[in-house]
Amino acid sequence: MSAASDRRPTLAVWKFASCDGCQLSLLDCEEELLAVAGAVHIAQFTEMSRAAVEGPYDLSLVEGSITTYEDAARIQEVRRASHRLVTIGACATAGGIQGLRNFASAGEYIATVYARPDYISTLATSTPIAAHVPVDFELHGCPIDRHQLLEVILAQLAGRSPRIPSHSVCQECKARDTVCLLVSRRAPCLGPVTRAGCGALCPAVDRGCFGCFGPAETANTASLAGRLLEDGARRVDVSRLFRTFNAGAPAFREESLANEPRPTR
Amino acid sequence: MSHGRHADRDIGVGALARVEGEGGLHVTVRDGAVETVTLDIFEPPRFFEALLRGRRLDEAPDITARICGICPVAYQMSACAAMEDACATTVDEKVTALRRLLYCGEWIQSHALHVYLLHAPDFFGLADAVELAELDRAAVERGLRLKRVGNLVMETVGGRAVHPVNVRVGGFWRAPSPDAIAALAEPLRRARDAALETVSWVAGFEFPDVEADYLFVALHDPDRYPIESGRVGSSAGLDTSPAGFAELAVEEQVPHSTALHARLDGQGHYLTGPLARYALNSAALPELARQAASAAGLGAACRNPFKSIVVRAVEIVFACDEALRLVEAYEPPEPPAATLVPRAATGAGATEAPRGLLLHRYELAADGTIASARIMPPTSQNQATIEDDLRLVVSSGLDLPEEQLTWRCEQTVRNHDPCISCSTHFLDLTVERR
Repeated sequence: MSAASDRRPTLAVWKFASCDGCQLSLLDCEEELLAVAGAVHIAQFTEMSRAAVEGPYDLSLVEGSITTYEDAARIQEVRRASHRLVTIGACATAGGIQGLRNFASAGEYIATVYARPDYISTLATSTPIAAHVPVDFELHGCPIDRHQLLEVILAQLAGRSPRIPSHSVCQECKARDTVCLLVSRRAPCLGPVTRAGCGALCPAVDRGCFGCFGPAETANTASLAGRLLEDGARRVDVSRLFRTFNAGAPAFREESLANEPRPTR
Repeated sequence: MSHGRHADRDIGVGALARVEGEGGLHVTVRDGAVETVTLDIFEPPRFFEALLRGRRLDEAPDITARICGICPVAYQMSACAAMEDACATTVDEKVTALRRLLYCGEWIQSHALHVYLLHAPDFFGLADAVELAELDRAAVERGLRLKRVGNLVMETVGGRAVHPVNVRVGGFWRAPSPDAIAALAEPLRRARDAALETVSWVAGFEFPDVEADYLFVALHDPDRYPIESGRVGSSAGLDTSPAGFAELAVEEQVPHSTALHARLDGQGHYLTGPLARYALNSAALPELARQAASAAGLGAACRNPFKSIVVRAVEIVFACDEALRLVEAYEPPEPPAATLVPRAATGAGATEAPRGLLLHRYELAADGTIASARIMPPTSQNQATIEDDLRLVVSSGLDLPEEQLTWRCEQTVRNHDPCISCSTHFLDLTVERR
């Protein structure tokens, strides 16, 4: 089928600084992958195909954060070539684990890994895509949930709002009858302040939520941090808990900084 | 001086497709001889070794999993092994068995992804698996079913397929119920049949006649095919612990790559991955996988990098068969994890990621925080050897038309299933003929 006679909407997948796990979620839609490839024209997806079709694209999925000058320029081109742009995953929506550099100096990080820092050109920060260009929808998670991804693609192509919950992981535990770890065992759990979507996987294996999906919309992180401290958590560990894959999301960033151990005078 | 059509050429691929992460390739041919070959890795550096400093030892498995979404279990397992080494902790055999089962799931998922979606289209001259499905839908569907079963194992044991949540240093958060594990048997039996069909399918592909003189490095265990543990061996007789290997492997920075290049002290470049694992351990394969390898024409070792797809298919048979054995013998570990007592010490851990040896080494402070971290992913270890392969393939293919030679160069890189995101510190092809 020639590009001109192909009336299917075009889909592009772009990668910036990331682990590839969120775009892998698309390939992980094993049962639906060939159906998706039939319904949309996958015009640009380097991890999957050698073929690349020039834009414009009806829908672009963007994985990864902006950490280099080149990528800061490339995302502008991607935005210009895309009718709708959806960011996928904690790197694209909050800067990712590599965003921990925002709490340190980039020079310090480069010197730790590379003997010749002069060969490496990088920005001092790792920032989400929305800090650079307008984004039509943000899909959270580290990694994203593949069923949510399919819902977002279908909704975007149909021109409707995706049905993605904005409540917290707490409600997912209640829905699956998982006993509350925070109440029953005083285990540190970010479930009350973390966005739903994973299905409360961690509490189901006796593990406190560690915030893969980032802050829920009305997250009261200060209240939760107070509770964790009352239960005996050390301040430095509360700071660490908020400072992982979504450390760049404002609510988590602030709570992490508020509990950062201060040097004693 | 010859100025014939192919005497001077520049071959360039700006962005290599069907590899995980970002890279390119540049080859310069002058007077009919290969002058320079560089595998450019422009994956933005993410500084894992730096950001791990000051984190607690128990945070390493989840943080390092984020290096690679394709093989997160490999990162989790090498991190756990290194921390347990540092704290001199022995884990229960039942924990080891459950780890091996989880890891089999990752091998099946990652190998099926590479064989069917990333590598096979090259052998048909097709851009991707969607085009391959138009030609042979049953084959692609078989690959996707295999991948699905790998993911199912990871979800059952690890909680989810990408970045599993159930792994912790010392073992697992919760041991899966015997019923949940038993339910994996039937899908694994079907997957094992699909894996045997995969071996027959790829054995029928046409392979360029290339043999390379590799120095193979892989984990070695005389009694079983290595996955989650073993000593480090080589085709030149090396036999050392992961800590010993960390001392021998030298990493160097090159200007065209954000991945470090590795060599073995005094012995030069080496290769890790399926070809190396198979060459050092084919005698330890169980009967079914050994028969499949033999029927596919493989000897005790394979030095044709294009045939790595056959070895990978044999390893899928092995992983399904091994997973079935582990499912049938499953007893939940009690408790599910050993307790680590932090101490100031250095620890190293090495496991076999689907694409090769993955080494972690950590220096811990007395309070259990990470003082320094070193991570050697398989792709950065293989990068210099992939460049050697390119030199070989371009030298023997100078008469090929431009487009065909460029494609073959790309395929040469894909032979080793490079995971560029993985190369913490890590591809795109440019062949330049001057």
